[in-house]
Amino acid sequence: MANKSEKRNSAGVLNKLSHVALAVWAILIIYPLVFTFLAAFKSNTEIFIGNPFALPSHWDFASFGRAWTEAKVGTYFLNSLIVVSISTFGTMLLGAMAAYVLARYEFIGNRFIYFLFIAGLAFPVYLALTPLYIVVQELGLLGTHTGLILVYIAYSLPFTVFFLAAFFKTLPNAVAEAAMIDGASHTKLFFRVMMPMAKPGLISITIFNIIGQWNQYVLPVSLLPGGAEGQEKWLLTQGIANISTAAGYQADWPALFAALSIAIIPMIIVYTIFQRQIQSGLTAGAVK
Amino acid sequence: MRQGKYPFVIGFLIAPLALYGMFVLRPIAAAVQVSMTNWSGLSPNFDFVGLENFQKLLDDDKVWLAAKHHVFLLVTLPVITIALALFFAFLLNMGGGTRGGMMTGVWGSKFYRVVFFLPQVLAVVIVGVIFGRVYAPDGSGVLNRFLELFGVDAVQFMAEYGLWSILGVLVWQAVGFYVVLFAAGMSSIPAEIYEAAVMDGASRVTIFFRVTIPLLMETVKVAWVYLGILAMDAFALVMVLSIDEGGPDGATTVLPVQIYKSGIRESDYGYASALGVALAVFTIIFAVLSLRGGKRNAVEH
Repeated sequence: MANKSEKRNSAGVLNKLSHVALAVWAILIIYPLVFTFLAAFKSNTEIFIGNPFALPSHWDFASFGRAWTEAKVGTYFLNSLIVVSISTFGTMLLGAMAAYVLARYEFIGNRFIYFLFIAGLAFPVYLALTPLYIVVQELGLLGTHTGLILVYIAYSLPFTVFFLAAFFKTLPNAVAEAAMIDGASHTKLFFRVMMPMAKPGLISITIFNIIGQWNQYVLPVSLLPGGAEGQEKWLLTQGIANISTAAGYQADWPALFAALSIAIIPMIIVYTIFQRQIQSGLTAGAVK
Repeated sequence: MRQGKYPFVIGFLIAPLALYGMFVLRPIAAAVQVSMTNWSGLSPNFDFVGLENFQKLLDDDKVWLAAKHHVFLLVTLPVITIALALFFAFLLNMGGGTRGGMMTGVWGSKFYRVVFFLPQVLAVVIVGVIFGRVYAPDGSGVLNRFLELFGVDAVQFMAEYGLWSILGVLVWQAVGFYVVLFAAGMSSIPAEIYEAAVMDGASRVTIFFRVTIPLLMETVKVAWVYLGILAMDAFALVMVLSIDEGGPDGATTVLPVQIYKSGIRESDYGYASALGVALAVFTIIFAVLSLRGGKRNAVEH
């Protein structure tokens, strides 16, 4: 009996240690984000000399206004929204079309084209960065959202095709055959029958692409150069990076923190609502 | 219904292939070509210079520093991230001990899972800017203010421990992803195996090392490759977090930063492309070696 209670005791200690370890990591994750949010309400003096663990002396929302208009975070935010919605839509449409044809139709060169897409997964984007810059420049698309959208789609295709082709292969043949007998065209079959059936896979990979493209940094920073006019086209990530590197001691730090809050809070809200789908969407690639 | 198949197939493939060829395949092919020229971007004329750029690359101190930093990250990032993630995933799935022979997760494991994964949805650049304030060298830095409580003088994080600081951010952001990945793997391990181990009187520590980890080896290998590829990047963090974008004096530089600086900023297209080829070769060698190594292990089991 003594032995048993001893065992239970050690299990209890282990249990408490588990909780401590998990709680410490949770605080390490949450604290920098809470700090960022609080600092948006503080004054420069409070941020630099004050206690970083303290609450702001008064809740001043003015920094958010300055970030949105003067620091142009509003413009950057809308730019990101426009670029990412169009490019994700384009990626899903073109990616699903290519994946579907490659997964379910036999034709000469099928394997070759499939491997051509998959090969893109092996190369880091930095390999092609300089020539890509030149290609975009030659097409007259440097500094345009159109150029960036096309590049986003092109670089998202390998993984999207890889993932969706595997998904389309698992769909049953019976439904497709029945639709064909009813006289549906190939195109109709794809949009009316196969796309709805592939919904779970499409949702996962859409989430994956939205998050990946929203957080992209090296491509906008390379393909949307600055300058008075160019800066109007910037995306959120590069805009915020620029505000932070340009900031010195005289800079408007509360506005920077407000800008950061504007960038992260929507992500946190969307994540808490869709966390299950987002977790499975992002880890789907690793499980495959 | 066979008619019309080819027009349909071509119609569906033409746009994706055109974009992919134009913006991915053509630049990759061009990178290899341009890497053997002295194209500076300023003039339309350039000469074929063979392997001269690669010779220059081998003599470039910054490149050697960058390569050293990648090797450092290649070892530390996967080891630390995987160890922490396995530990947390185990606690979440089985930290609650045994109830009726079944392993249960700790109380609040759902909450922890949501919080741990959160950094994954934030842009690396934005995380970098936030950590710029965490690592600030004076009393305004969160970390320094914390150390002050213990009477430690302000630490110059980015000036003296730049690479370690960047590693810290990479780990901070990555762990949650692998916690979720490993936790999913652990919950797919059949309950009977654990029941048998518990019956035999195995402690949780024994179960972790003797049952869970061996059964999770495949997932761990995938994690290793992913984290290795991450260690070859680090571009955004180095750009926004380090002193002088890779400094001080190259102390935190990585190959992508060198590619960006010489290619986009200085228009030294030939040299930047050679750096890109070097990075790609480096990455592919790593991936092939780790997948090979994985296979050999699997045979031994």
